[in-house]
Amino acid sequence: MKKFRGSSDYVASQELMNAVNVAIQLQKPLLIKGEPGTGKTMLAQSIAESMDMPLIIWSIKSTTKAHEGLYMYDTVQRLYDSQFGEGDVSDIKQYIKLGKLGEAFTSDEQVVLLIDEIDKADLEFPNDLLWELDRMEFFINETKETIKTKHRPIVIITSNAEKELPDAFLRRCIFHYIEFPTEDKMREIIKVHFGNVDKKLVDEALKAFYDIRHMRDIQKKPSTSELLDWIQALQIAGCDVKKIADEIPYMGVLLKKNQDIETAQAYRFRR
Amino acid sequence: MFIEFFNLLRLHGLKVSLDEWLVLMDALDRGMAENSLMEFYYLCRNILIKSETDYDKFDMAFAEYFKGIESVDEIPEELKQWLSQDELERMIDDMPEWAKEYDLDTLRQMFKERLEEQNEKHDGGNYWVGTGGTSPFGHGGYNPAGIRVGGTGRHQSAIQIAGERNFRDFRQDNELDTRQFQMAFRKLRQFSSRVDTAKTELDIDATIDATCDNAGLLKLVYEKPRKNTVKLLLLMDSDGSMRSYSRLCSQLFQAVNQSTHLKDLKIYYFHNCIYDYLYTDPYIIDGRWIETDWVFRNLGSDYKVIIVGDAAMSSYELTARGGNINWYAWNNEPGINWLKKFSRFYHKVIWLNPIKESRWNHAWGARTINMVREVFPMYELTLDGLDKGIHKLLTN
Repeated sequence: MKKFRGSSDYVASQELMNAVNVAIQLQKPLLIKGEPGTGKTMLAQSIAESMDMPLIIWSIKSTTKAHEGLYMYDTVQRLYDSQFGEGDVSDIKQYIKLGKLGEAFTSDEQVVLLIDEIDKADLEFPNDLLWELDRMEFFINETKETIKTKHRPIVIITSNAEKELPDAFLRRCIFHYIEFPTEDKMREIIKVHFGNVDKKLVDEALKAFYDIRHMRDIQKKPSTSELLDWIQALQIAGCDVKKIADEIPYMGVLLKKNQDIETAQAYRFRR
Repeated sequence: MFIEFFNLLRLHGLKVSLDEWLVLMDALDRGMAENSLMEFYYLCRNILIKSETDYDKFDMAFAEYFKGIESVDEIPEELKQWLSQDELERMIDDMPEWAKEYDLDTLRQMFKERLEEQNEKHDGGNYWVGTGGTSPFGHGGYNPAGIRVGGTGRHQSAIQIAGERNFRDFRQDNELDTRQFQMAFRKLRQFSSRVDTAKTELDIDATIDATCDNAGLLKLVYEKPRKNTVKLLLLMDSDGSMRSYSRLCSQLFQAVNQSTHLKDLKIYYFHNCIYDYLYTDPYIIDGRWIETDWVFRNLGSDYKVIIVGDAAMSSYELTARGGNINWYAWNNEPGINWLKKFSRFYHKVIWLNPIKESRWNHAWGARTINMVREVFPMYELTLDGLDKGIHKLLTN
């Protein structure tokens, strides 16, 4: 049994690695929740990379329907073909287009399937996928064909907790909540991304970053990805390291709302 | 099977199902607890707990169940069997070369010794990162760098982690099941295709007609997608006697707030009864309000109105001029008139009452409850009542 051990550009906590391996061994979907920017989506990429498997991403939008992930039957194309005498119309198969889930099921090798932001979809969406995710098979009505997995894909599902997911669905998943990285963990992440950065700069930047995150009135807290952008900006601009925590240059990289920027500035003057 | 742990989890209000429990048993049989209580802790949490808001309850239950256990011998028999059974397999199969020299008894002995060293507090188990490589119990499987490769020490730190209750902040006791309310609100839809959007949906009937007209050559006709046109005005009684229902109300509030299908949603607050002003937040602070007349001017009569309140108050609050419980907000018109204004202006208004219907005639405030009932159709704030109320909002 292959095991996930993190990859070179992704810092996974021990608990997260455990959760991934539990899900792989028990062959159940892994549901990952956490604040935006804690690397939920990156996780799937990292698993695919470290286990050397192809990654199939199914990004869920508010309009996504469950069956779109399985297959689509292109009736219109078939009708057109029949009228213009093109293609072999009697062969329905060629008008069946597999969706992302179908793709993952029919793959010749084991794949990692990422169902990204499942909570974006309709409330009923997860329920519609219960059978397919449980049995890893589905039936194509038009061709009377059952699509079965050759190799059970590793299914990673992410959620931002915009909607609550149905119990029946949750029961079938392994669940892990990614905590926001602590300062030490964050240092590790920064190291993975930038190699050796000026330690002073990282110290100051982290101090400012966690200060801002702890301000009470901030509506949209800056996340890991914003911190990384910010550090890059600081590096390029070559700011005076001592002033970072006090002046917070390029605050716009960290905070995206006018209100938040004002709040942060107000805090600064108070000190 | 240490079923008491299962019962304890349920006792702590965790909705662990039998399915999930069996999955855990299966995982343990496969030796996935990696012979340590730490792994066992995470394994249980991964499989049994499905929301970070429940992590705290889980930590408490876990700590309670395993707290008394100070040494290896006290680990419940079943659990120990799993752990040691696993140990044996690992010894033969894939323990590193240098570890194979030990037999089980020696290992046990070392377990104990290690445990005795570990009496001081460790920082959330991270302590083990360093010691990893030296412990024969460290099985590298899960972590290449030998992180957290402690022997029994891990069972202590598992309890410690549980004891630290790091997830206390996530606990939301009002979080119950908003989903059911949400499902009820989904029924609050009225579709209309007279919305300004692109024509994106296939109109099958029109397509058939057009294709026939076209001598059988396919001609596609599209129409505008149907959109929900329901606009909702939610007025909530806040503070005072409503405090005891705050959990129920916040559930309702969350459900409404997450109902993305509504065309428009406005929420205002009042205290006991509606007068000249409606407050913009639940804290009911003078000045943070809008004029009730503004609502009439700006939110058309096609808004559907749900008023949430217990309607239990002193009757002068409804009937008298200046009856407003807020001394500084003198009202020229008695509250009941304001309510009547709402029912005249808006065609669809319902009142949801957190007091159970069976007690409307007996509860404190029965008199005002019944006065309000004469103005609005009143339903109790339960799933059932909400269903009925929404039905009322949608029918003529």
